[in-house]
Order: sequence, then C-alpha cells, then structure tokens
Amino acid sequence: MIIYLSIIAFILTMLLMISLVYILRAPDNADCLLSTQLVGTIGVVILAMLSIIKNQPYLLDIALVLALLTSILVLTFTQLSKDTS
Amino acid sequence: MTIIQWFSLLFCVSGLFFFIAGTIGLIRFPTMLSRLHALTKADNLGLGLIIIGLLPQMSSFNNMLKLVLIWVLVMFSSAACSYLIASQIVTDKPHRNKLINTSSKKENK
Repeated sequence: MIIYLSIIAFILTMLLMISLVYILRAPDNADCLLSTQLVGTIGVVILAMLSIIKNQPYLLDIALVLALLTSILVLTFTQLSKDTS
Repeated sequence: MTIIQWFSLLFCVSGLFFFIAGTIGLIRFPTMLSRLHALTKADNLGLGLIIIGLLPQMSSFNNMLKLVLIWVLVMFSSAACSYLIASQIVTDKPHRNKLINTSSKKENK
C-alpha cells in the first residue's frame, strides 16, 4: 500500500514542478496567483500522503498551516492590486 | 491487500486524475476564466477524493478529524480566493477586452 501511495506522491511532485515552472512563464499577474493556489493545494496533498507513508502525524499540522498560508497569500495579493489600480 | 486498501487506492487514483486534469487545464486553456475553472476542479474534487481515500489509513481518530479539518479549510478558502481572483479579472478593463476579443474570434471561426 505504501508503495502505491509513494508512486502517487511522486506523480504529484511532478505536477508541482510543472506548476512552479508555469509561475515563471505566466503571461499575467492573475495567472501567477492561480498557479500559486494550485501549488499550495498540491503541497497540502503531498504532506497528507507523507504523514501516512512515513507514519508521522505532525506532518498534518504542517499541511494545515500551508493551506492557511496559501489562502492568506492569494487574499493579500488580490487586495494589493486592487489598491494600486 | 484488504478491501479497505483497495477502496483507499481507488479514491487516491481518481483524485490524482483530477489533479492531472487541473494542471494540464491551467497550462493549456485559452482564457483566464477557463483556467480558473480548471483550477477549481483540482482544488475541490482532487483534494476531496484523495482525503476520502486517506481517511481509513489514519492511525487515530484525532488525525482523521485533523484531515477533515484541512479539507473544510481548503474548500472555504478556495471558494473565497476564486471569487476574489475572478472579480479582479472581470473588473480589470484590458482583461475584459481580451476576453471579448477571444470569444468573438471563436465565433468568427
């Protein structure tokens, strides 16, 4: 079972890298925000899987903090660009 | 493998499918709002299915509760953030012109 979960986590890591490269090549600011939100969600899933693969429950706390930080980041950037424009 | 593990694997693989679809959609879709649409599928369906798959593997009830808490938090935050990004796209004037132009091009074709 752990082997299958490791394979799924590896494929998710590949998707994470593709999204990170897309942040560099994004045509617009809003695209960067969308891609950042995807990176945050994939990071949460990878951490939740690692907590089962490594059998260490504290990784769930890190996943919770990462989900919170991603939402705060997107919220802050949208309000920032609204103020400047 | 027991039947619980087959259940877990089935849900994890279907969640992975939605993540792959969301990433490909984010890269390949033409307009901003359609990219937002693809991202929402990855956020809600992908994360939800994978967390349903991971729930029976958890060691204690406390950790299961924490996993469900992550799911609820991501659902609420992704709904709010998608609304904010979409309102920024729609109120931004160059973006709106771009959206109108691409849609009219498709109609001409």
